[in-house]
Amino acid sequence: MNEYKDIWVFAEQREQRLMNVSLEILGEARKLADKKGVKACAVLVGYGVKGLADELIKYGADVVYVIDNPLLKNYTTEGYAKVIADLANEIKPEVILYGATYIGRDLAPRIASRLHTGLTADCTGLDIDENGLLLQIRPAFGGNLIATIICPERRPQMATVRPGVMKKAPKDGKREGEIIEIQANIKEGDIRTQIFDIIKEAKSKVNIEEADIIVSGGRGVGGAEGFKLIQQLADALGGVVGASRAAVDAGWISSDHQVGQTGKTVRPKLYVACGISGAIQHIAGMGNAKTIIAINKNPDAPIFKVADYGIVGDLFKVIPALIEEIKRIKNNELA
Amino acid sequence: MNILVFIKQVPDTNEVKIDPVTKTLIREGVPSIINPDDKNALEEAIRIKEEYGAKVIVITMGPPQAETALREALAMGADEAYLLTDRVFAGADTYATAKTLSKMAKKFDYDIIFCGRQAIDGDTAQVGPQLAEQLNIPQVTYVKEVKIEGDTLIVKRALEDGYEVIKVKMPVLLTAIKELNTPRYPSIKGIFEAYREKEVKIVTAADLGVDPQEVGLKGSPTKVISTTTPETQRAGEIFTGNVKECVQNLVQRLVEKHVI
Amino acid sequence: MVIKGDNPLSVILSVKKISKKGGVLMDFSLTKEQQMVRKILREFAEKEIAPKAKEIDLTGEFPWDNVKKMAKADMMGIPYPKEYGGAGGDYISYIIAVEEISRACAATGVILSAHTSLACFPIFQWGTKEQKEKYLIPLAKGEKLGAFALTEPNAGTDAAAQQTTAVLEGDHYILNGSKIFITNGGKADVYIVFAMTDKSKGTKGISAFIVEKDFPGFYIGKVEEKMGIRGSRAAELVFEDCVVPKENLLGKEGEGFKIAMVTLDGGRIGIGAQALGIAQAALDEVTKYVKERQQFGRPIGKFQGLQWYIAEMATKVSAARHLVYYAAWRKQNNLSYTMEAAMAKLFASETAMEVTTKAVQIFGGYGYTKDYPVERLMRDAKITEIYEGTSEVQKMVIASNLLKM
Repeated sequence: MNEYKDIWVFAEQREQRLMNVSLEILGEARKLADKKGVKACAVLVGYGVKGLADELIKYGADVVYVIDNPLLKNYTTEGYAKVIADLANEIKPEVILYGATYIGRDLAPRIASRLHTGLTADCTGLDIDENGLLLQIRPAFGGNLIATIICPERRPQMATVRPGVMKKAPKDGKREGEIIEIQANIKEGDIRTQIFDIIKEAKSKVNIEEADIIVSGGRGVGGAEGFKLIQQLADALGGVVGASRAAVDAGWISSDHQVGQTGKTVRPKLYVACGISGAIQHIAGMGNAKTIIAINKNPDAPIFKVADYGIVGDLFKVIPALIEEIKRIKNNELA
Repeated sequence: MNILVFIKQVPDTNEVKIDPVTKTLIREGVPSIINPDDKNALEEAIRIKEEYGAKVIVITMGPPQAETALREALAMGADEAYLLTDRVFAGADTYATAKTLSKMAKKFDYDIIFCGRQAIDGDTAQVGPQLAEQLNIPQVTYVKEVKIEGDTLIVKRALEDGYEVIKVKMPVLLTAIKELNTPRYPSIKGIFEAYREKEVKIVTAADLGVDPQEVGLKGSPTKVISTTTPETQRAGEIFTGNVKECVQNLVQRLVEKHVI
Repeated sequence: MVIKGDNPLSVILSVKKISKKGGVLMDFSLTKEQQMVRKILREFAEKEIAPKAKEIDLTGEFPWDNVKKMAKADMMGIPYPKEYGGAGGDYISYIIAVEEISRACAATGVILSAHTSLACFPIFQWGTKEQKEKYLIPLAKGEKLGAFALTEPNAGTDAAAQQTTAVLEGDHYILNGSKIFITNGGKADVYIVFAMTDKSKGTKGISAFIVEKDFPGFYIGKVEEKMGIRGSRAAELVFEDCVVPKENLLGKEGEGFKIAMVTLDGGRIGIGAQALGIAQAALDEVTKYVKERQQFGRPIGKFQGLQWYIAEMATKVSAARHLVYYAAWRKQNNLSYTMEAAMAKLFASETAMEVTTKAVQIFGGYGYTKDYPVERLMRDAKITEIYEGTSEVQKMVIASNLLKM
């Protein structure tokens, strides 16, 4: 077990561009590697992707293993699993991290099974314990529980990491590292699935009942014009627009946005109630949202009693400031 | 054609509540359901049976009460049901679960293995791919459409920003997502048939011929060392005063809590 | 080792316990099969039936969609054997279905109950093989809808005072007369119609007929505008020299009144289940509301006055539940059930009325508006005290069974 060393990161790329999550987990790997006094390495798989190795080094990798091969141009389970598992068997990393993307969550378990080792899914936290073991922290039971998991005996310890949670290390233009090109031992017959077509699709209009994020406007919005601001906040958060009955009855927005006793019942992860007083009929429709934020001029508005966070203020002033702050944070992540 | 569908009986996590005093999960009175993604897998298998002709065999690894989930699957239209139940299987992580399931799968001559992508209690989405690896068959995950042409499947596989069309020869393992279909209700006649005319066969570790060291808790490379419940009381933090400050404080909280 | 589902044999064994000791079997649990029926039907009712209940009440439109969905789920002939198009299930499962559907939408619940208990049952019990094949199979499959036509303008509680006549002329009967308040009237394909074939014999002169909607001389008259269960049809049927083939006589001439009374016994359990479903819905709404609504700085569920109301409501609903399922259990086990069915219907309907009225009261002003479902539940509940034998009729039945006077 002692021969296993270093923290690896699967640097997922698509169409020769690095996924954001790859840099996030690299930042985390950097922290873990520093804690353990070992190297943080990136594994870059694809075709015509050697140019990305440099960026990985600038974001914290000490070593980048590049496996460049025409058969690996597009992700396939068996293609990528084979070359990564082969490399891991040869070099013996102690830890491998993957982004929990639609690809990462297809690939990592296949590799884990092949290497007969443990894998923890969708981690929101990672740490090293006093024994040098990787602590893998993740939600379970639909988010009702946070579990800490270890892989005490088998190696490598593997985890997929939820995108958007870890922080990228700041980009260091002067950073230097090693690029090692690996010959992929792979032939066509190793890959039993064939990609026939790739279609890009804009996400279809989200049904409010299925939306994860809803920004709702009420009487305080004052008119149809005001709902443009609500839409902007929804866009900034990546959510959809809802409304209270008052706003719908006043004709400011159509009834399919209505949330409440006589409208729809919603259960989003985040519900932002703007200019909504919080009448019981409205609460009946959104009271089970995971996180509720209220923005209202009136400090005694009943909505504040069910909110997790609130701002007392004029929504026409608060919302633009909120949008700006959200954009600022998101840009920091992207930079 | 033989289709194996692996399902899991799970507590309806939408109904799970945290006890405000002990801060632990209240599991009593929480209804047990067939894991939603598994139901999509089962529904698709039954549709394939109706369209192309196939035998649908549904299998679950679980405690004795998982029998109800199998009965529901039979009521929906599955032909045979097997319950892998044994103390030896308990406490398994996804690797050990996949190992147990693979031993069962090997007893059949299968063309398609259908799983749900992810269970709503474990939330790992790992068993399907690990099972495919242990059986050494190709896999396609995030399946949102399936068509069959002879011995080849043409599958739409979802990505974050669209989908891929993938061709693969059977045998193959597929994991289903909710976009695949809308599962049917078992008909009332189906419920009576499931209880009166169909059987649930029990399979123990001895029947499977597994080495107890390889499965269950003993065979699990990962171990859960602690669980906590996240803050459940509505925080009720209200910010007043300067708009810019309020907004900054709010956003900071939201980022800390991974809400945005 | 193999697990087999609960089979009818276990039920028969428990009947033996009853007849030997003359006591009541004390196992109140539903079989695993019945538990699954309840679970699936509850999901079905909540997702497929409940969302439209309010609209159906507002527009009064007949819920064909719901009927089609129930037919697709093999729900329109639950207690009838598969060879006759039914689901091959037990009677208790059928009562569970009526309760769960009624809990979501009382109008849809009575459509199901009238069809299954009042139309399918007489054909199952007294029909010839040909009649069962021609009518019961499509009815039980849900391909056709059934109705039961006994009530007349001058024959309500006094059901024996039938004025519709049926005269045998060669190979057919000629029916003349009218029926009113017929559930599924005008929407059904098959009607069980009662008419006087021999006035001199009193109740023994009444006969039952299977009438198809297209028979010449059969018209639909007035459709009632009702207080509640507005999606369900209560229509007038008019027979003007209506031609009914003589093969459509159900049972023997003169057996009609017996057929009607025995059929209504079972129908009563169905209405008891409908009333129970309505009452349960009201209780569920109240328990949810009193946790959310705040007055005087706390949820109103904290006030003892309301807690007492809710305790009383829940106790009565539980009692109604026991009476309804006990009557169903007796029928399923071929024990006499006339009195128990009457008790179940009497108590469940009165409970439904009481509980829904109290629910509106607890909701206060909001309860009186259409925003909340309780005012509809209250309007729906009232009819359960009236049709298929008024509460007064039920008391007559109970007293006559007890006193035999």
